[in-house]
Amino acid sequence: MENNWLPVNEGPRADALDKVTGKATYAAEHRVSNLAHGVFVCSTIAKGIIQSIDEAAALKAEGVIDIISYKNCPAIPGYAPQLADGTRNPKQWWGMKVLYDNQVRFYGQPIALVVAETLEQANAASLLLKITYQKESFETDFNLARKDPSKAKPPSTYSRGNASNYEQAAVKVDGEFTIPIEVHSPMELQATIAVWEAEDKLTVYDKTQGPKATQGAIARLFNIPDKNVRVIADYVGGAFGNALRNWHNVPAACIAAKKINRPVKVILTRPQMFNLTGYRPQSWQQLKIGADATGKFVGIIHTAISNTSRYEEFREGIVNASRFLYACDYVDTNYRILPLDVSTPTWMRGPGEASGCFALESSIDQLSYVLNMDPVELRIKNFAEKNPESKLPWSSNYLKECYDKGRTLINWANRPQKPGSLQENGWLVGYGMANGVFGAGRSQASVRAILQANGNLVLQSAVSDMGPGTTTAMTKIASENLLLPLDKISFKLGDSELPPGPTQGGSTTTSTLGTAVYLACEALKKSLRTLAVENVPAFKNLDASTLVIKEGGVSASIDKEVFISNADLLKLGNKPFLEITQDSQGTSAMELKHATNSFSSHFVKVLVNPKTLKIKITEVVTTADAGKIISENTARSQMLGGVVGGIGMALFEELKFDHYTGAITNASFAGYQVPLHPDIPKTTVWFVNKPDPIINPIGAKGLGEIAFIGLAAAIANAVYNATGKRVRNLPITPEKLKEAKI
Amino acid sequence: MQKYCYNNGRRDFIRKASFSAALYAIPSLLVHAESVSLIAPTPAPKEKIKLSINGKEISAEVDTRITLLDFLREQLGYTGTKKGCGMGQCGACILHINGKRMNSCQTLAIHNNGKTIETVEGLANGDTLHPMQEAFIKCDAMQCGYCTPGQIMSGIACIRDGRANNRDEIQRYMAGNICRCGAYQNIVDAIAQVKESGKTV
Repeated sequence: MENNWLPVNEGPRADALDKVTGKATYAAEHRVSNLAHGVFVCSTIAKGIIQSIDEAAALKAEGVIDIISYKNCPAIPGYAPQLADGTRNPKQWWGMKVLYDNQVRFYGQPIALVVAETLEQANAASLLLKITYQKESFETDFNLARKDPSKAKPPSTYSRGNASNYEQAAVKVDGEFTIPIEVHSPMELQATIAVWEAEDKLTVYDKTQGPKATQGAIARLFNIPDKNVRVIADYVGGAFGNALRNWHNVPAACIAAKKINRPVKVILTRPQMFNLTGYRPQSWQQLKIGADATGKFVGIIHTAISNTSRYEEFREGIVNASRFLYACDYVDTNYRILPLDVSTPTWMRGPGEASGCFALESSIDQLSYVLNMDPVELRIKNFAEKNPESKLPWSSNYLKECYDKGRTLINWANRPQKPGSLQENGWLVGYGMANGVFGAGRSQASVRAILQANGNLVLQSAVSDMGPGTTTAMTKIASENLLLPLDKISFKLGDSELPPGPTQGGSTTTSTLGTAVYLACEALKKSLRTLAVENVPAFKNLDASTLVIKEGGVSASIDKEVFISNADLLKLGNKPFLEITQDSQGTSAMELKHATNSFSSHFVKVLVNPKTLKIKITEVVTTADAGKIISENTARSQMLGGVVGGIGMALFEELKFDHYTGAITNASFAGYQVPLHPDIPKTTVWFVNKPDPIINPIGAKGLGEIAFIGLAAAIANAVYNATGKRVRNLPITPEKLKEAKI
Repeated sequence: MQKYCYNNGRRDFIRKASFSAALYAIPSLLVHAESVSLIAPTPAPKEKIKLSINGKEISAEVDTRITLLDFLREQLGYTGTKKGCGMGQCGACILHINGKRMNSCQTLAIHNNGKTIETVEGLANGDTLHPMQEAFIKCDAMQCGYCTPGQIMSGIACIRDGRANNRDEIQRYMAGNICRCGAYQNIVDAIAQVKESGKTV
């Protein structure tokens, strides 16, 4: 039997044991005594005013403790738009204020929280509320609304070079692309448990990508000091961006727990997960690209509209990659957002760039056929030697190595240049490729390193890990730095009381937090050297800077026999432990005088049945330039996950609305299709694995986004190669393929 | 919609319509739809049940509406079995009932009186992991870990049911276990490795 597992010379995922034994504890699973359960009752109109809520029957139902709505919601400091003196409240809650007013802003908006002794009682009572509304007209149809330019917000624009370059291009392609709403749908349901320990002090167990950010948000909500809010998020069951901000469940649980003076747990239902935790906005894009007869790009014009809600403005980097991924003198981008009567979108894996690269990379593919050039050669022809937008040199860019390896591994030589000309066992065969790119940033972080009396090292930071393997990567960095075995190092996260760490998102955790871990280890080594010279006779006359830290101890570089273990060293120095808290400052690309980006190139082979037009992805090769790979084991898994996400975007995922009522019609895993086991092809992962010399001392760039960005285009391009038909409206279905024009 | 009344033929109703559990689990789908009129079962009937969970005998008086999944997680603290949808669509709550895999959100606790339940917490023998747990670790068949218990319990059933003879077969058998992080390939590798090893599962 074929087996794709690649042995790696490192230990397992640091938290794997907890995860396979059921010991890993996610937000809703913390045991809290005297717990009450809250469930949301949600609006059944898309827009309007709540005229009345009749709670009488529900209040009489067994086990019901309280029903909280705008009618009886306590005054919450962070809900007040203005301070007492009439000035704007600077600590106002970010986003919709749940249970605050009688306005309905979208279908399925939480308008009451039923709190009862048990979940069953709360669910049963939630059916008994009688609510009347005054309906207002609404708009949820993006594709209809975008045709009226007056409805979108003013554009953000960018332009460089001379527009006549495009006008005079020898070859041009011009296409429109649409991407429906896609929803993160992590397997763990959004959940919050709020426990007030005093009038102004609480502990919150929450599904969050940023324990510190959540701590701050709750502190502002109740106008209490940050230190009075403890946020625990030791395990996060996937998020992909949907836990970058705090949704309705967070304030609702905190408010209810305060009001009834008991701990309250609020878990969203799966249908609510499709509406109440953000999503990738729906988008329309037009991409025009022109080249000279040799294939050199002379102009790119990228126009995009994506939806936001009526009550918040959400923008993302949908047109950004078009400005800098390839060398091109003339680039013009124009991006507008269009408010609709729906809930607010948010960042979803590969935010913006994933949508933008679908249009850009599909268009470049199309151009390659017009030029009769290999699409990889066309990209090499237009390789950007430096970032054409910022004009800064790349900190590193090994895209060309990705091309070489990707082509070899997928057997690119088998690709037919003429679409629809190759068959295998009666199926049409197609090969496609596309690139991904994302910023590789680094922000501030703080890490505490504690060397314990037994010589074990504990690292701590208030971050959370939604799955990529932060704990694994951080222990690996410390292990390599201190030459200390992995089993002597642990990393504690998921608690806001630890030293402040970044929110996990935007592919920055390894770079940001890893740098702090690296610096903490460097500081620890310095302390150990000093401690050795001051306390150990054999080291007394040696220069501290020459001492070597390795294998859990200190040795003299000139005489390797002179060695003392860290544990003995602490004992001699009369220290119960050694503790260092290290800050790491973030740096911007401008400060680094380099453009800092991660790159990926994905190669896909598909089969398409000529009769049914069923699409089978049979093989994927995904390659990445993400700097040095810290943990090959977890990094590979992250790349595999990006491929699965890309398959979902390309072939399956689409949230659907009934525009007559404004309701979502497929808010479940039965209606909203995601990739399943049988949809997954043989996938090979390859990393350039060369350290970036500029971004940080560990050489790692980001990985989470580029694993996903570009995949949908690679699949669409392979489908074109197989069939000669280009589907520009995701997801690609047999029906659309049938209707698609060449 | 039919008007349900718990006073008439309650047990009969529950037996015939275990889907009613799902109705209570997903009120957002139904609430305030004008045609719905459900009489609140107040006070809700309770029933005594006895079952074996990972070899431990448990007796409890339970709300007749509580699913086996919520009974395990919310009342007993067996949180190894995960809730991913409550609608029988994601497989996160799969465990073994009398040796057969089952979505535990789709069966009421009271339907399991006298039955033997095995969850992910019961797989390891002290510090000795079950071969499937070992293989999941070795193949890194997880990221966030939330679907992992369901995948493991399903993977064991896959081999027990004789449906792990090749990758296609495994993929089809495992189609009810969603993983959003995308650990699918490594999960199939893990199941295939255990199958190849010939170890007893």
